[in-house]
Amino acid sequence: MAGTDIIIHDEKDNVGVVVIEKITPKQDCDCWIMENDKSVKIQSMDEIPLGHKIAMTDLNEGDTILKYGHDIGKVVKSIKKGEHVHVHNVKTKKW
Amino acid sequence: MEIPKTFLGYKREDGRTGTRNHVIILPVDDISNACAEAVANNIKGTIALPHSYGRLQFGADLELHFRTMIGTGKNPNVAAVIVIGIEPKWTKRIVDAIATTGKPVEGYSIEGVGDIDTIARVSKKAQEFSIWASEKQREERPISDLWISVKCGESDTTSGLASNPTVGNLMDKLEPLGVHLCFGETSELTGAETVCEKRGKTPEAQEKFRKTWSSYNDFILKEATDDLSESQPTAGNIAGGLTTIEEKAFGNFQKIGGCKFIDVLEPAEEPIKGPGLYFMDTSSAAAECVTLQAAGGFNLHLFPTGQGNIIGNPIEPVVKLTANPLTARTMSEHIDVDVSKILSREMNLDEAGDELIKATIRVANGRLTCAEALGHREFVMTKLYRSA
Repeated sequence: MAGTDIIIHDEKDNVGVVVIEKITPKQDCDCWIMENDKSVKIQSMDEIPLGHKIAMTDLNEGDTILKYGHDIGKVVKSIKKGEHVHVHNVKTKKW
Repeated sequence: MEIPKTFLGYKREDGRTGTRNHVIILPVDDISNACAEAVANNIKGTIALPHSYGRLQFGADLELHFRTMIGTGKNPNVAAVIVIGIEPKWTKRIVDAIATTGKPVEGYSIEGVGDIDTIARVSKKAQEFSIWASEKQREERPISDLWISVKCGESDTTSGLASNPTVGNLMDKLEPLGVHLCFGETSELTGAETVCEKRGKTPEAQEKFRKTWSSYNDFILKEATDDLSESQPTAGNIAGGLTTIEEKAFGNFQKIGGCKFIDVLEPAEEPIKGPGLYFMDTSSAAAECVTLQAAGGFNLHLFPTGQGNIIGNPIEPVVKLTANPLTARTMSEHIDVDVSKILSREMNLDEAGDELIKATIRVANGRLTCAEALGHREFVMTKLYRSA
């Protein structure tokens, strides 16, 4: 189905992945959840390139990022719904 | 899609099947590279496998060196082998082990002879092997003679979304047909290690995986001077949207689909427990990992990439796939299979898996991969520690 801007692996995830060349601020984006084939919408706050993540909800420092339904790291700087999620606001819990 | 039951391969003396028919000139050590390369330059239809090590190694590191050398020579993609070392003893050890397959193999040492006479003597034998191998014909062989290894590289989030799950889909379809399968990249399962451990088919396999991963992780923690950013994940991974090792690990892990692994292999160890999926303890650096898997006997490699890793291997054809539409467009000469339509939802995983199976069989039958046509022959030994 054409027109999907963001794919989310699992319903539990609090981030989605941009799958078009980029999304721009204030863009209304169509999201598809792979696990259960549901669709949701979100408005972006930032410009986010292909492959990068968008916050599907507000996140506070110390919160856990869930992707594939699993823990992939911790929030180190609070993130608003629709903002870009990456190395500037999320770190590994491992190394 | 009905999966073909056979492919066209080279039947070897030991019953295995090759997807390629190489005559290799294998240097035991770094200082024998020049000789090996001169012979390969003299005699068409042969390839030299130069590398950087093989002197003064000891203990487990030396054993791994031998296992890699011997396994490379034994690989069914290799028709015949010439081994050249500076000294006769280590050369002979490698020759004798390769000879157990029944394939033609000869060893030469340089000390007391010098490069020029060695090159002349070896070239005569190499010519004989090359002409002999050129008469080998492909014949119909069962699909179960495919031994497929997998490893991803320069991954990004499209790898975890689409290209790695495409490989997983292929595994789910080929495992029941008796194909041998292998994944590795011990360090790159960090974050997903407990989920991966549960994919061991037996408590023994699970235990072995837990010990193998812990030992690798302890080593990384001991040597690490920072948070490993730009090493794991790499700068390329980060540019592609991957943020942490955990995120990379869960993406990586998609390559095995729903399969369970039978056993955990040492680096370059040949699997002996029959068909199915194996985990091999390897580094996550592409050329090191594929070199070890080829030495384990695998005859075809699948390599999903996001940002565009360009690796090849001298004896094991490396099939590259990507789901990143920018990479598919800007680096098309490196991409054998484009599954980027998964992201636009114009293709589903089942269809992508079928496309990959078709491409895999064409390459097994002899179609050159992009990396082969471009001359990528990365042969990289894994070194465990400093030499004595």
